[in-house]
Amino acid sequence: MSELLLKIADCIEFGKINKAAPYPPQMKGQDGADELTKQAIDEGINAQDILSKGLMIGMEKVGIKFRENKVFVPQVLMSAKAMNTAMIHLKPFFQSGEVVQKGTFIIGTVEGDLHDIGKNLVSMMVEGNGWKVVDLGTDVKAEQFVAAMKEHENAFVGLSALLTTTMVNMEKITKAIKEEIPGAKVAVGGAPVTEDYCQKIGADAYSSDPQGLVEFLNSQVD
Amino acid sequence: MGKIIDQIKQGKTMVSDGAWGTFLQQKGMQPGECPEEWNLSHPDDVFDIAKSYIDAGADMVETNSFGGTIFKVEKYGLADKVFELNKAAAEISRKAAGDKFVLGSVGPTGKILMMGDVTEEELYEAFKTQVQGLEAGGVDAIMIETMTDLDEARLAIRAAKENTNCEVFCTMTFEKTVNGDYRSMMGIAPTDMVNTLIDAGAELIGANCGNGIEDMIGIVKEIRKANKDIPVLVHANAGMPIYDDGKTVFPETPDEMANLVPKIIDAGANIIGGCCGTTPDHICRVREEVDKK
Repeated sequence: MSELLLKIADCIEFGKINKAAPYPPQMKGQDGADELTKQAIDEGINAQDILSKGLMIGMEKVGIKFRENKVFVPQVLMSAKAMNTAMIHLKPFFQSGEVVQKGTFIIGTVEGDLHDIGKNLVSMMVEGNGWKVVDLGTDVKAEQFVAAMKEHENAFVGLSALLTTTMVNMEKITKAIKEEIPGAKVAVGGAPVTEDYCQKIGADAYSSDPQGLVEFLNSQVD
Repeated sequence: MGKIIDQIKQGKTMVSDGAWGTFLQQKGMQPGECPEEWNLSHPDDVFDIAKSYIDAGADMVETNSFGGTIFKVEKYGLADKVFELNKAAAEISRKAAGDKFVLGSVGPTGKILMMGDVTEEELYEAFKTQVQGLEAGGVDAIMIETMTDLDEARLAIRAAKENTNCEVFCTMTFEKTVNGDYRSMMGIAPTDMVNTLIDAGAELIGANCGNGIEDMIGIVKEIRKANKDIPVLVHANAGMPIYDDGKTVFPETPDEMANLVPKIIDAGANIIGGCCGTTPDHICRVREEVDKK
């Protein structure tokens, strides 16, 4: 059993979607996340174990390699694709409640900013680490964040911005969220954002890479 | 007037312009507004920016068209105005430039080919419409910039080569990794870029944006390791933005930028200009240093 889970973790780490996928070259012709996840379910392996001892292990490794600049955006995207393929097989177990996610994470690119590459990367990494993600898209206003936070109680929220000019909206949104939902935890990120800025605007967490955010979220529920 | 490339081949070091986006904000553009729409609604402000760089001594000025593909402007409901917005951008800079050169700015689309967001044909067509608008408005060269993905850069170059008579230039954006080497967001190293862009038809390559001119020196050295002859341009940021009292500020002063000009020329750059946070004062000082050299 553990060997199969290790293989699944490898498929996520290296972005092997299915047997037909040509990427990565060193795994050509081998079963991918698609086939192996199905096989694990057929063999009766617990769905929660497939997620947390297989898929999530692979995703964590990608997150760490990304932080260390050993892999770049394309590799992360391939890993996320492999993850999504595997998740299709696990979906019934989420619906039945057999697999439990760690919590809910709401994310959006802030008002005035239409960039979504960074936000999408973070969404995929957080989801791949066992969280339910609610993606509000781009150009998201304070009211929309607040409404989503009210709909999903105890959710964490992440604000993304690429531009120095739109980053300033993070302050307004953070304040609005904290006013409406005392105790809410707000994370901020994006190219121009820094730890210093995070502290100045009263947000709770900053990370320069998605893995840092995953670690923050996990630390809140463990 | 001849070509930019010919002047470089004669041994001339040239000066390009500074920031556009951050300058437009100073002029009152709000977050959430479409910068290219200003070419129609605020042509005088856009003209002022271009003119201020020419007055500062730049040999060439860009156009306000960085986000001028359909993939960007459609988000503002301007999908049917791509040609018009780019033509207007070019006309404004042309008018400001006088006998100086105009570089038609073409930025990335924000779509990722490998994710299946778009097809190669769609990207090619998007760039084609944009560069045709820029040429119609009178640009001398197409300046494809801030690229992070080689395939997107290659398609933009091809679209410009096959559909205009302009010179075609391309720069990519690199950051220093934790290991001290330079990579684009998509993992491309400066040396990886060189042959692909040249093979696609770029007559000049280089780097823009990034973390300040100091890093640019290292990037130019990397490019020169791979190719001694290709003309190289840098458009450097005025450092990494810092947050100060509700505003973001770019810390590198005109003097700090100018002091590094001799080094970047020695590293092998042929055209030097600025990106985010640089002002006409930066360009004026760069001009002085280039003339001293």
